Amino acid sequence: MDYKLTFKEFNKALKRGKLLGLKCRDCGKFTCPPKMACQECGSTNLDIAELNGSGKVVTFTVSYVPSEGREAEAPYTIVMVELDEGPWLMGNLTDIDPNKVTMDVIDRSVKLGLRSKVLPGDTYSIGGKEAEGGFARPTFVFA
Amino acid sequence: MRKVAIVGTGHTPFTFAAEKSSVELFSEAAMDAINESHLKSKDVQAMYVGNVLGDFSEGQAMVQSYCADDIGAFHIPSTRFEGACASSSLAIRDAFIWVASGFYDIVLAGGVETAAKMGTPLATRTFAMAHDSHYEYPIGLTFPGFFAMLAHLYCSKYSVPLEKLKEQMALVSVQSHRYGVHNAFAQFHKEIAVEDVLKGFMVCSPLQLLDCCPFSDGAAAVILTSEEKAKELTDKPVYIIGIGQSSSGKLSAQKDYAPRIRAREVSVKQAYDMAGIKPEDVDLCELHDCFSIASIISAESLGFAEFGKGGELWQKGETKIGGTIPINISGGLKSKGHPIGATGASQVFEIVHQMRGHVEPERQVEGVNIGLTDTLGGDGVLCNMVLQKGW
Ligand SMILES: [Zn+2]
Repeated sequence: MDYKLTFKEFNKALKRGKLLGLKCRDCGKFTCPPKMACQECGSTNLDIAELNGSGKVVTFTVSYVPSEGREAEAPYTIVMVELDEGPWLMGNLTDIDPNKVTMDVIDRSVKLGLRSKVLPGDTYSIGGKEAEGGFARPTFVFA
Repeated sequence: MRKVAIVGTGHTPFTFAAEKSSVELFSEAAMDAINESHLKSKDVQAMYVGNVLGDFSEGQAMVQSYCADDIGAFHIPSTRFEGACASSSLAIRDAFIWVASGFYDIVLAGGVETAAKMGTPLATRTFAMAHDSHYEYPIGLTFPGFFAMLAHLYCSKYSVPLEKLKEQMALVSVQSHRYGVHNAFAQFHKEIAVEDVLKGFMVCSPLQLLDCCPFSDGAAAVILTSEEKAKELTDKPVYIIGIGQSSSGKLSAQKDYAPRIRAREVSVKQAYDMAGIKPEDVDLCELHDCFSIASIISAESLGFAEFGKGGELWQKGETKIGGTIPINISGGLKSKGHPIGATGASQVFEIVHQMRGHVEPERQVEGVNIGLTDTLGGDGVLCNMVLQKGW
């Protein structure tokens, strides 16, 4: 069975500022990031859908201890966003100084920025054609 | 299904960067388990070995086969289990199933890791491989980052002020270090205070250094046998009477339950139901405290506290010796250390030794009849086991 919306397609679209997901024909709900089966009901009866990229922050962290090779990024802010369509999507929050981020960001409205940051990948992750050109990182700004 | 007992155990010290290889560490723990069982290596019919990152820390894959050969258990089937930090729990659970089924009578199960050897940057990178590599790692998610996000979510979901949660989290680390001081195998033998936790450097907000377990090297192993064999080998068998295992998707896929890890609730219910017990029947629990917040979240899903109130167990001293549910009297992952491939086997080791009255007197829990283990790998491989004193 073919994968309806692969990482490669999702990634390519996200780099152009377009957030793709799946809409379930059986339960009507959205899955994003994409999977083989509906996040809500497990159905594989899915259509590709564009999501509007807006939502609210449900949780966050500011990371000061990065992975090998990503030292220059720290500190950076990670947010989990509940999208308007329902799914949760992890991303970076870029228009606030990480050192000033507090619990107050929870429930703030955010939207995808015009350009997603891209992680080039490293020794362990760059081999696959699916990630050619790097990994797009959903990049949010306050709405 | 046959009854299955743990008859022998082995455990190396858990340490900072080891001067031994993974094969050497596992072989030491394995031989101790074999000797304690009054067996020979050639009596072992199969080996199940948890190991996560040997490929990266030593350039050594397939460690399980070399371990079998190393101890003289020539040509037996030996299988590696990878379930991140739950790896050796999965190994022991599977060993249980194979012995219970009657296919084997004597199986060696455990695990080994040399994570400290890698140093913090590479260890942080490779641990993060147990997150979604395409959709969440690129954003910068790391292990502490995952639990840090759960901590903030915990505050907002349960209306707990962050300051209060931080204090409770600090108490978790303080207790672990208090008991770890007395555990000969522990990586840290040092008491800490709440102020120490609250002034540590920030790793991932709100988690500070002492909210986090260390990177560790070490191994642990146990011998499982059928009830019949166990009776020949020991007068102190510990029976595995309940097992559970469950899996999860990436953090964003856990939206309906977070900060709860739903897989834990599924797994522990299997274990409780199989054992025919309830949370209040547990006399001693070793749970997965990779981060201070992880203990609080775990204690709730295991049924020891209401959701949003887990931290009160530590505040009220209920998790200490003499409390309603003694937790991590070994020092836990925080103070004892967390060589991820060995952690589940170490938990089982601890409970067996507590039941047998073999731990240091300062941390001996009296009258342990039922013990529970809890391991969490990555963002959601869960495994729980219920152990029962067999004499
Ligand atoms: Zn559906």
